[in-house]
Amino acid sequence: MPILELFTWFETSWIGEAIRDSRWLFPVIESVHLLALAVIGGSVLVVNLSLLGLGLGRRSAAQLWHDTWPWFIGSLAVMLGSGFLLFTSEAVKLYYHEAFWVKMSALFLSLVFTATVQRRTALADPDRVSMLRSRAVGLVSLLLWFFVGAGGRWIGFS
Amino acid sequence: MSPLGVCRWLESTRGSIALHESIWMYPIVESAHVLTLCLFLGLTVMLDLRLLGASLSATRVSQVIRRLVPWMLAGFAIMVTSGALLFYAAPVKTYFNIFFRLKMTFLLMSGLNVAVFHFSTSRTMPLWDQDSSPPVRARLAGGLSLALWAAIAVCGRMIAYNWFDHHAAALAR
Repeated sequence: MPILELFTWFETSWIGEAIRDSRWLFPVIESVHLLALAVIGGSVLVVNLSLLGLGLGRRSAAQLWHDTWPWFIGSLAVMLGSGFLLFTSEAVKLYYHEAFWVKMSALFLSLVFTATVQRRTALADPDRVSMLRSRAVGLVSLLLWFFVGAGGRWIGFS
Repeated sequence: MSPLGVCRWLESTRGSIALHESIWMYPIVESAHVLTLCLFLGLTVMLDLRLLGASLSATRVSQVIRRLVPWMLAGFAIMVTSGALLFYAAPVKTYFNIFFRLKMTFLLMSGLNVAVFHFSTSRTMPLWDQDSSPPVRARLAGGLSLALWAAIAVCGRMIAYNWFDHHAAALAR
């Protein structure tokens, strides 16, 4: 089982051990993860609300995509970094936790969807994309991200 | 009745005990509280970034406020309701938690910041509505809001780790 071996290697690495042994490292990394969640949540919501025809409106989707992109990428990097650190401290437990796999699958799908379908739809001329398609894209994106968040919260209940 | 007395009374009510001992309700309320963070705090961050001139610069400030504040208020209502329920599930323990007290203090300061912006700073908004970087008072409001909300979120997370309240809780018993 190469994946389990890899996870065991992470957990027994000095990083995993240091986070487990410290009383405050895990909560501090968790806090960073939470703060980045607010930023990524805000940028994802602003774009998706506009695709839904709500918030700042469908016509501003392309502009909003450009405006929020650096914040999305920056907060994503912080999420991935802090998430990886949290992961190393309990990798073997997570291997057996279904919520972890739900979250990782949803994250993968969210990122692929964001970089392809959502990007194309948001940047397209609003007159050439049907409102139905825009709404569907916004809804699917929100749903995928919801599973990432809910999966993350669910990991804590074990 | 003292605040502690109120907390003790709350803790003895049937609803508090039911919530505290529930298998599903407590995790559901807690999840709602955390995930609504994206709606309320996420959009607040976006507005603050606009005030700072760091994002959404092509959109007028008044437009961002008019279109996003209803969503923020809906998120805030869910945050406050779920937060009150979380407090209700363990009032005495939470009352003694230093992070809870810090969080409430920062929350109050954040409310003051909003009030100053609403009643004073935003009065001149027509003059800088389109500016990609608003005047210093507006930027200050955005920066303060970001700092206070970061502190509120971190304190909220830390309430779960009752590091410093063992002693005080023991004294109260």
